[in-house]
Amino acid sequence: MLGKLTVDALPLYSWVAMGGAVVTVVGALAVMALITWFKWWRILWSEWLTSLDHKRIGIMYLVLALVMLVRGFIDALMMRAQQAVALNSEGYLPPDHFDQIFSSHGTIMIFFMAMPFMSGLFNIVVPQQIGTRDVAFPFMNSVSFWLTTAGAGLVMVSLVIGKFSTAGWTGYPPYSGIEYSPGVGVDYWIWSILISGVGSTLTGINFIATIVMRRAPGMTLMRMPLFTWTTLTSSVIIIFTFPALTVACALLGLDRTLGMHFFTNDAGGNMMNFINLIWIWGHPEVYILVLPAFGIYSEVVATFSGKRLFGYTSLVVATAAIGILSMTVWLHHFFTMGSSASVNTFFGIATTIIAVPTGVKVFDWLFTLYRGRIRFTPPIMWTLGFIVTFVIGGMTGVMLALPPADYLMHNSAFLVAHFHNMIIPGVLFGYVAGFMYWFPKATGIILDEKWGIRSFWCWLIGFYLAFMPLYALGFMGMPRRMEHYNVAEWQPYLIVAALGAVVILLGVACLVIQLIVSVVEWQKRRDHTGDPWDGRTLEWLTSSPPAVYNFAVLPEVGDRDAFLDMKQRGIAYRKPDRYQDIHLPKNSGVGVVLGGFAFVLGFAMVWHIWWLVAVCALAMWVAIIVRSSNDDDEYCLPAAEVEKIENARYEELAHASPPGGEDAPGVSTTPLQENPT
Amino acid sequence: MATTTPEDRHGLRSYLTGFALALILTLIPFGLVATGVLSKTPILVVIAIAAIVQFLVHLRYFLHLDLTTTPRERVFAIAFTIILIFIMVGGSLWIMLDLYNRMMV
Amino acid sequence: MSSDAAIDPGISGQAAPDAHEQRAFGFWLYLMSDAIIFALLFATFAVMVNNTAGGPAGKDVFSLSSTFAETMLLLFSSLTFGLATLATKAEKSGRVLAWLCVTFLLGLGFIGLEIREFADMVEAGAGPDRSGFLSAFFTLVGTHGLHVSFGLIWILIMACQIAVKGLSVPVVSRLSRLGLFWHFLDIVWIGIFSVVYLPGIL
Repeated sequence: MLGKLTVDALPLYSWVAMGGAVVTVVGALAVMALITWFKWWRILWSEWLTSLDHKRIGIMYLVLALVMLVRGFIDALMMRAQQAVALNSEGYLPPDHFDQIFSSHGTIMIFFMAMPFMSGLFNIVVPQQIGTRDVAFPFMNSVSFWLTTAGAGLVMVSLVIGKFSTAGWTGYPPYSGIEYSPGVGVDYWIWSILISGVGSTLTGINFIATIVMRRAPGMTLMRMPLFTWTTLTSSVIIIFTFPALTVACALLGLDRTLGMHFFTNDAGGNMMNFINLIWIWGHPEVYILVLPAFGIYSEVVATFSGKRLFGYTSLVVATAAIGILSMTVWLHHFFTMGSSASVNTFFGIATTIIAVPTGVKVFDWLFTLYRGRIRFTPPIMWTLGFIVTFVIGGMTGVMLALPPADYLMHNSAFLVAHFHNMIIPGVLFGYVAGFMYWFPKATGIILDEKWGIRSFWCWLIGFYLAFMPLYALGFMGMPRRMEHYNVAEWQPYLIVAALGAVVILLGVACLVIQLIVSVVEWQKRRDHTGDPWDGRTLEWLTSSPPAVYNFAVLPEVGDRDAFLDMKQRGIAYRKPDRYQDIHLPKNSGVGVVLGGFAFVLGFAMVWHIWWLVAVCALAMWVAIIVRSSNDDDEYCLPAAEVEKIENARYEELAHASPPGGEDAPGVSTTPLQENPT
Repeated sequence: MATTTPEDRHGLRSYLTGFALALILTLIPFGLVATGVLSKTPILVVIAIAAIVQFLVHLRYFLHLDLTTTPRERVFAIAFTIILIFIMVGGSLWIMLDLYNRMMV
Repeated sequence: MSSDAAIDPGISGQAAPDAHEQRAFGFWLYLMSDAIIFALLFATFAVMVNNTAGGPAGKDVFSLSSTFAETMLLLFSSLTFGLATLATKAEKSGRVLAWLCVTFLLGLGFIGLEIREFADMVEAGAGPDRSGFLSAFFTLVGTHGLHVSFGLIWILIMACQIAVKGLSVPVVSRLSRLGLFWHFLDIVWIGIFSVVYLPGIL
């Protein structure tokens, strides 16, 4: 009846594991109790969970990402603590548990922190930046979110019921095969990835269609803001490479569940093909994540330097070049597999070539900053920290791209230092910069600067403390993923790294404090103008937070910096003669239902509860059929209603401090903009 | 179908042409394999060529892909897909066959 | 949904995006993504085609006549779906239903043959757990079969929608995407008989 599920699945094997389970369960119950206490269930359901408004879905993505960031970060702290003490001793974590932690850390940070963070920013920003009222497929957007959440839920459940994978975040066979990992951990990993992968693919399709087909009149491709460009490129990579992840994981699942022989040692399996397949996705995934961050840096640099972005065309070309090159380098993740020199050379050279467009971007950002009047707000601080630190990561990447050097550094702490050097200052700093930059747009509240800057310094210093020692440890020969070790010289470095993790913890704490302080003082921190940074792109034209339809009248784009151009021409806040009815998507609970059943389906697959699998699959089919037979999925916001909302907005603008009205003081700073560099 | 409009007939002709071509391009490889009139390598070449041509026939006559009338973004998408399939499948085969020759032969 | 908005929507940017055009493009993107899935399954098959582990190889288990019958069924179903599309343009819902019905039966015949082929192979000890080659074969061909089965369910749903709603704008729009899906599956099948069956039988 319950498949492999028995009472033994509870984490009674170690105190630490049980603690994690208890914290998860108590945390979930506490949240639910709070919602019940404040009687928020109804509003939560009708205004948020079932919402098809891209801005709300975006905010829900960010909530998911921040929760999973904390979870993944706790994993990181536990690993650093273990390695700091585990010289010639067991440390405090049993090996099996330590392996679960590094596997879940990687899985969570990539799939359930970075990806939702990215999708959240796409959702909040892109439709407004291209001057449209919604994404191309609002319902599918909700489905994407709920499938991602279902995957995240599976990883969280593995803390309480059963164990997570011990095979690392890439789950290499044969270790991840049924012979060596007979438990349910790898299945949790497979199903959380498969389900959230569908969500990511749908997000990719959605944003390509949105950007290609829904841009405001006059916004040609070469007038698209850089964040829109990088979103488009990233989405293209998503829809073309996530299939590889799906295939790799599905085939591994077939091996494990139906006894097939894709990657087994015996009966004609070929385990290296798994590694080939997963890196066809895995390397482009890095660029899926980092390109939008590059887009954010480009927006932030231009806005806070008060200058037009330097080398726009070269940035676009570099983005596209990186997008295509990213799919031609995957073998550099397994040079040591033993390919011939010609194969390794080809992929080594292709890898080093990527450094060229990336370098172009760095120079473009530097030249944008050059002679700008820089306002040192938190978003630009994260950007400056990124530029310096990311270059170090890029250089170590070029080192690893050389096959002979890679043979020495493969699977060492050097590699760990390298990819964290790309992902933390590259991806995470960018997303946090974007978070602080667009938070006023999404919520109408300007975040506290002091705590933002503090968080930045903690993260930056903590990053250097935590990962520079790992470069050194790599040279000293320390392999990655060591549960304990017996080389005394390593320990001081590992203690420094653990201290670095603690400093990053302070950075995370500052982020949380910033959020709390800003929300508590929200009245003082209201953004009345919709344009708190003297912005340049269209998203700053709307109110903060934007009306449900974003733009009462779709803007006409006349320049690359469309909004700045409108401000300079004094037409940004011009009242239209009349308003029109606006059609908007109705809320739908089907996305939640699909996500819920996908979650149970994944759980049932993990535990081999076949009847439940059938029930869930059937229920999902029914939900899809019901939804797709529904032709009445829009409602009409009458022109009178739009006028009321817009009048309130003009009222607010008139009372707001700069910029407001047609001759906004914000415009007076514009002579600085066109620096003839 | 006496009531078909001119536009319709054009559509019908397109489907029938496509069907006839596809039928021929299917019969050739199946016929060669069934009769075995050629040796193995030429048959494989013919199979490959017939498959590629039939792929193009389907695109043209069933999916109505046309470089002038099909929306440009769709043509871009399919061109990009073909390039990527070439990179991914070609790369995979290169990598795995190279490995096979080094490890197993 | 103004029709003039559909003119060159990709390059100039437009005020009122056409819902049907957007969905057609979105579905097209999905097909491209799905094409990559099949491409990688083909690559995996090609990597494993000789890994028979002492078990049966292609020429021991494939049947030319059965493959030919499957191919013909799918090819005819592509034609009949095309005829359904033409009937849709002519707004003859009765004829659309009739051609969809024929397409469904042809597709059902294809699935029936495939299931019988799979059952025979498993019976003969050539199941997917026998060798890497057979795992790759069953997964590639089975994935295509699953797609065809989903297509059959979709045809049924569209038939119901036509019966209830007639050829309304959303229904016609959905039918056009179902058509893309169905023709796409036939294209994948060209790959399957050209890469899997014919070289295997040779």
